Amino acid sequence: MAQAQASTIAGDKGKALVSIQGVTFGYDTRVILSDVSLEFSRGQVVAIMGNSGCGKTTLLRLIGGVITPQSGRILFSGAPVDTGDRAALYALRRRMGMLFQFGALFTDLTVFDNVAFPLREHADLEESMIRDIVLMKLDAVGLRGAAALRIGEISGGMARRVALARAIALDPEVIMYDEPFAGLDPISLGVTANLIRRLNDATGATSLIVSHDVNECFQICDYAYLLSGGRVVASGTPAQLQAAQDPEVRQFIRGEPDGPVHFHYPAPDIAQDLGVA
Amino acid sequence: MSTGEVLANVGARFLGTLQALGHATFFFADLVRHLPAGLRRFGLTVTQIHSIGNRSLVIIAASGGTVGLVLALQGYITLSRYGQAASLGLLVALAMVREMGPVITALLFAGRAGTSLTAEIGLMKAGEQLAAMEMMAVDPRIRVLAPRFVAGVISMPLLAAIFSAVGVVAAYIVGVVMIGIDPGQFWAQMQDGVDVIKDIGNGVVKSVVFGIASTFIALYIGYESEATPEGVAQATTRTVVVSSLTVLSLDFVLTALMFSTP
Amino acid sequence: MGNRKTETLVGLFVALGLLAIVFLALKAANLASFSFDSTYPILVRFDNVGGLKVHAPVKSAGVTVGRIAAIAFDNKSFQGLVTMQIDRNYSFPVDTSAKILTAGLLGDQYVGLDPGADDKNLQAGDTIKLSQSAVVLENLIGQLIYNKAADAPTKEGADKK
Repeated sequence: MAQAQASTIAGDKGKALVSIQGVTFGYDTRVILSDVSLEFSRGQVVAIMGNSGCGKTTLLRLIGGVITPQSGRILFSGAPVDTGDRAALYALRRRMGMLFQFGALFTDLTVFDNVAFPLREHADLEESMIRDIVLMKLDAVGLRGAAALRIGEISGGMARRVALARAIALDPEVIMYDEPFAGLDPISLGVTANLIRRLNDATGATSLIVSHDVNECFQICDYAYLLSGGRVVASGTPAQLQAAQDPEVRQFIRGEPDGPVHFHYPAPDIAQDLGVA
Repeated sequence: MSTGEVLANVGARFLGTLQALGHATFFFADLVRHLPAGLRRFGLTVTQIHSIGNRSLVIIAASGGTVGLVLALQGYITLSRYGQAASLGLLVALAMVREMGPVITALLFAGRAGTSLTAEIGLMKAGEQLAAMEMMAVDPRIRVLAPRFVAGVISMPLLAAIFSAVGVVAAYIVGVVMIGIDPGQFWAQMQDGVDVIKDIGNGVVKSVVFGIASTFIALYIGYESEATPEGVAQATTRTVVVSSLTVLSLDFVLTALMFSTP
Repeated sequence: MGNRKTETLVGLFVALGLLAIVFLALKAANLASFSFDSTYPILVRFDNVGGLKVHAPVKSAGVTVGRIAAIAFDNKSFQGLVTMQIDRNYSFPVDTSAKILTAGLLGDQYVGLDPGADDKNLQAGDTIKLSQSAVVLENLIGQLIYNKAADAPTKEGADKK
């Protein structure tokens, strides 16, 4: 089990790599994020947690520039992400790596070609160099022997690791993980958490993990944000959050069935429904 | 439902169709804008021509042969009644080159290649592959859509020509070899009556137009499909229906433009 | 990222397609006689052009020597003005005559040129002086009826005598 390093955020604040400032985002009918501000510094593993539909994945898409907020700014290394300039956005994206929930691997390519994809598209290198880099990345996730397999031949857990190798192919400064722990068996869980932490420390990148797996996240992250109802309701190191008194935070951290988030879907009194009263 | 509700329904659907049409037009303009960049990666286009064109060869050639055979048989029955059996070659060649070749090839193309394109794009979207590409700063329109579009536009006229050619040869087999029409007359009447520019040229133009239409429709519907298995299944059906209707309507317009007597 | 095999197959496909087009053009259509030779224009006026259409052939001795390029109405002479494009390889004397003939009995109409005997030849833009208009079926029938009607009174007169 990887040990999390307790780093003081206050001291790192000056080196914010990704900065989300007062962002509001929603569709016609509903607001997903409301005046949210977050900061991620270099070298940190940060977890963004919350219930389903609280806007976690939306945050990742905002950072990646896939959607633009109605108000507020998102800065990547000081530069705004939401410019209209496609070329500038693409330049920023080359410094990010994203791991999608189910891998999003290209099914018509082999494992090797998948990892080589960003290299072939963006790095002007000879095939022999690309081959070396791909094999090294696959080695980092433990799948160097699977390089020749087709995507249809590998398991879900393996697919996620290949996707991780692809996400780090260009050595990005920010790696974003969308629900990396969802649906994994205990061994794969351990492997994935381990990989995330080790890769982050080895490359000095910043890792953002969107997840609702409190245990795994707390094992490896330096800092965590808890979102609910489109707002940040709590933030702090894992130790701070575990000691939090706020009922909403306690319910989430401890996984209590009932609390501020109710167990029962709103319904009239049961006696009324059964026709007893 | 009351009349008001029915009218409101119809009105809403009509507006919805208009909006979809507008959206499709912007999509098309966008796609065309990215064609030059897409063509620079010609290897991708070649791979697509293989999957769209080569893989359709068998069905197109077989259909061309059978349609040619049937046209020849039916044509002979009617022509011989007026003592014009020698014109059989002319009949089949004109029918094939002007109409059957471009139109039937386009319909078969929509069924075989169109559905495969729609399903492929739809599944790529459902599996977040297109989003992943975007996040890796690769424009999916350049890398995925443009090569397929170009491949479709290139493949269609070639397939239509193969269809017509096989049909003419099949008619020869029926007419000359089986029925016994004089081969000299067969080819002479044909060569006299079929004009390179007006008939074959227009046929090629038709198949290019059909190629643009069916390929674009297949790609668009795939791109806009819902990211679920049912969504993709519905999308493939829609591709066949919309493509077929569009091809037939365009055929009417083009035929009127090209072949109406001055 | 195309491999050898794919590229070869695609090349084969494209070759087959082009071959099909060439086959159609040569064997099924009139490409063999389709010439890109340059042509020169010759004008001729007809009292009635009948069913003559643009692109109809211009033949002499039964061989196609050119095509009809344009048919217009000459408002001064009230005749049909036909512009023909004749193949540059062929020259005709200035006293050549032009007739509108019908292919077969009820087929398409074309222009037939009967060469004259002059030493000088027609140049580009010249007008043929001698022309015979198309046979219009209605006029023929009208003539037939008129002739029949003209015969009838003589017969009656003979009877009365």
